[in-house]
Amino acid sequence: MAKIKYIEHNGKEHEIDVANGFSVMEGAVQKDIPGIDADCGGGMACATCHVYVKEDWFNKLPEKAEGEDDMLDQAYQPSPSSRLSCQITVSDKLNGLVVHLPEKQV
Amino acid sequence: MIDTDVLIVGAGPTGLFCAHQLGIIGLKCEIVDNLDKLGGQCIELYPDKPIYDIPAIPECTGEELTNNLIEQIKPFKTNFHLSDRVEEVKKEKNKWLVKTNKGKEFKVSSIIIAGGVGSFEPRKFPLKECEKFEEKSVLYSIKDKNIFYNKTVSIFGGGDSALDWAIELSAISKVQLIHRRDEFRGAQASVNKVKELNKEGKIELLTKYHLSSINGDKKIESINIKHDDGGSKNIETDYLLGFFGLIMQLGPITNWKLNLDKKHISVNTENFETNQKGIFAIGDICTYTGKLKLILSGFHEAALAARGCFKYAKPDEKLRFEFTTTSKSVHSRLGIKKDD
Repeated sequence: MAKIKYIEHNGKEHEIDVANGFSVMEGAVQKDIPGIDADCGGGMACATCHVYVKEDWFNKLPEKAEGEDDMLDQAYQPSPSSRLSCQITVSDKLNGLVVHLPEKQV
Repeated sequence: MIDTDVLIVGAGPTGLFCAHQLGIIGLKCEIVDNLDKLGGQCIELYPDKPIYDIPAIPECTGEELTNNLIEQIKPFKTNFHLSDRVEEVKKEKNKWLVKTNKGKEFKVSSIIIAGGVGSFEPRKFPLKECEKFEEKSVLYSIKDKNIFYNKTVSIFGGGDSALDWAIELSAISKVQLIHRRDEFRGAQASVNKVKELNKEGKIELLTKYHLSSINGDKKIESINIKHDDGGSKNIETDYLLGFFGLIMQLGPITNWKLNLDKKHISVNTENFETNQKGIFAIGDICTYTGKLKLILSGFHEAALAARGCFKYAKPDEKLRFEFTTTSKSVHSRLGIKKDD
């Protein structure tokens, strides 16, 4: 299990426990955290679970999935710190992870 | 005004199969879709990707699935209204009146929404200032490439549309291709061609840049682009073309007074009718307890919703359950002539 902090674009913070094996996206969706749409349900077929991860955490995350950057091209305001939260699987190692949500997903 | 039994909104696999199921029970339908082709997400997002979970079809691509569905509904001579979008619905007596974006009007007894996650629309530049130039010098699709003759065109994006247009326009315009990273997701042949044209000086490549501002009042004079490392660049340009892929929007359906659960339409599981009598929702756009976003679930929902339409289209008749293997009336609807 990992404590994950989701920070909305307006600064509002949500800290929740997410069980190992779930994705960072699923954690947010289960707790109804606004700002993550996840239209395709985790299939990497949309870019609506886009998050930003600051450098300290970005390099500790599992590597991007093949095709993840292609989807991120189609996200709203992608940046080098962008990830699709459906592709980040939670493990104990991610305890304390902070993700920043974009202004909007679509 | 087109007067028919059912209007299907969305020509993805679920919508296409629904036309089949309506045809089998003797109801007529027309289909509207915002895209310029049939197949919905299957054709727009993954035409070449194999699908492995269509019952009795071990493997097929989105394109093959679409072509087979088109073939399957041929006997019913369904009319398609492509590149058009439903806008308004109004109840008049027992009928629904539907108006589209292009001004087409339908009078139907039922509407079946098979709209996927909504209608596909191009993703736009995030920058607010782009709006006032939109459809003039900020474009997301190209109708007439001649307007770019001898002009400077800044193309943003890394997929096939961006690459293809960069190649095509490099023959008649000064082209700057700007992308947020070094890699392009378009076809390798196009990437190679762009790199070749870049070496020949026919396409300027600016990678790891994104648009930060536009300068100009009535028309665009120049734009500022920002590099990932923080540096900025000012470049002159006449046109901005954005190819950031498509986003899906529920659009005007949100005004139809349907019960929504986030971006989905709530339906019953008996016939997938919404809270509005005579409006059904099937496929990825509908939600109910246990909903699976699979094509096969969409097919099941299509079969039941089609039958749900029957009582509205033919209130004085009783729907008889028939098998396609044995029913003479189904065979005649399918145009099958028996040799014996």
